[in-house]
Amino acid sequence: MVTEKQHIANELIPILEQVSDPEIPVLSIMDMGVVRTAVIENNIVKVQITPTYSGCPAMDVIGDDIKAALKEAGYDSEVELILSPAWTTDWITPRGRKALEDYGIAAPLNAEADIDVLLHGKRLVKCPQCGSTNTRLVSQFGSTACKAQFQCDDCQEPFDYFKCLK
Amino acid sequence: MKNDNLYKYILGIADNSLILGQRLGELCGHGPSLETDIACTNLSLDLLGQVRSYYQYAAKIAGDGRSEDDIAMLRKERDYLNVLLVEQPNTDFAYCMGRQFLFDVYHFMFLNELQKSTDFTLSAIAIKSIKEVSYHQRFSSDWIKRLGDGTEESHLKMQTAIDDLWTYTDELFHQTDADKAMVTEGIGVDITKLKSAYYQKVSDILEEATLKVPESKYFQKGGKQGIHTEHMGFLLAELQYMQRAYPNMEW
Repeated sequence: MVTEKQHIANELIPILEQVSDPEIPVLSIMDMGVVRTAVIENNIVKVQITPTYSGCPAMDVIGDDIKAALKEAGYDSEVELILSPAWTTDWITPRGRKALEDYGIAAPLNAEADIDVLLHGKRLVKCPQCGSTNTRLVSQFGSTACKAQFQCDDCQEPFDYFKCLK
Repeated sequence: MKNDNLYKYILGIADNSLILGQRLGELCGHGPSLETDIACTNLSLDLLGQVRSYYQYAAKIAGDGRSEDDIAMLRKERDYLNVLLVEQPNTDFAYCMGRQFLFDVYHFMFLNELQKSTDFTLSAIAIKSIKEVSYHQRFSSDWIKRLGDGTEESHLKMQTAIDDLWTYTDELFHQTDADKAMVTEGIGVDITKLKSAYYQKVSDILEEATLKVPESKYFQKGGKQGIHTEHMGFLLAELQYMQRAYPNMEW
C-alpha cells in the first residue's frame, strides 16, 4: 500500500534530481513530486512514479530518462506507474515553484482561488514577467494538459499558469 | 472468461471515453479558434490518458495475451460498448459542446460514485480522472451558456444541437447485465440512481443558458449492446487505421 508520503533512498536523490520533465526542463521530477518511491532491492532500483495528468505524454519519457540516469550511476531499475494516491499540485516543492516562476510559468494558487480565477475572472494570478496581478484568463486549457493560458494586462505578455489540481 | 462481467464493465466505461476522445481529436487543427482547438484536444488527451489505465486493467483481467492496444484498437464495431451519444459527429461547434456537456455532467457524477468502488484499480482511476473531468464539465457548461445566451444565431444553433442530442441521453442510465452484476458486488456504480440528479443539473444549466429543456420522451438506445449508429463505422475506420495498417504499434 502506497502512502501519501514519499519513500526515497537517500543515495538515489541526487540521481533522480538530474531527471527533469521534458516539457518543463527547469523542473526536476523530484521537485514536481512525481517520484513516490525509489528503493534499492537486491541491487535493482524500484521506482514508482505518478502522472500529473492521466494523458501526460511526458510520463513514458520520464520513465526512460529515470532508467537512463540510474544506469549511468550503475543501477539497473524498474519503473512503475501508479495512480494512487493521485498527484496534486501541493506536491510541487517550494524550489519547484520558484523554478516554474523563473521559467515564465505562474505557479498554482490554492483550489478556491483557482475557481475564482478560472470561472469568475478574479485577478489573482501573478505575471511571471513583471509581477503584476493585473492578468486575465485567455483559455482554461494551455500548451499542455496541466496549464491554462493567461495574459498580463500591464506588460501585455502572454504566459502559462500551472493549474491547481487537488 | 472468469471475470467476464468485470471485463465488460471496464470496457463499457473505457469505450465511452475512447470514442469521445477520438471525436475531440478530429478537431485538432479544425477548431473554430486556436484556444478552443487546444482545449478540445486537451480534453481528448485527458480522456485517452484515462482509457489507457482502463484498457491496461481490462487486458490484465482478460489474461488472454491481448494488449491494451489490441483491446482499444482491434475490436469489431459490435464489440464496442460505448453509448450512442459519444459517437455522434462534430456537426458544428454547438454539437461538439452539446455532446460534451451532456456527457460531462454524467461522467462527473459517475466517477464521483466510482471513487467508492471496492475495486482498488477502478477507484484509483476514478479519483485521478475526476479532477480532470471537473475541468471538462466547467469548460463545456461555460460554452453552453455562452452560445445559448449569446447571439440569436448561436442560440438557435445551440438549441438545435441540444434538441438533436437529447434522444441519446436516456441510454446513459440503462443498466447492462455487467452493470447489475458489478453493482451487486460493490464494484460498480448504480447508474439508475444518478438519473434524476443528472436531468436536474442539465436542466439548471440549460435554463441559465436561456435554452429550452427538450420535452421529447423518445430515446435511442443500443450502444451498450454494441448496436451503433451509422456514424460509428466511419469513426472506427479512422481510429483503427494505423493499428491495422502497421500492426503492433504502441501508444
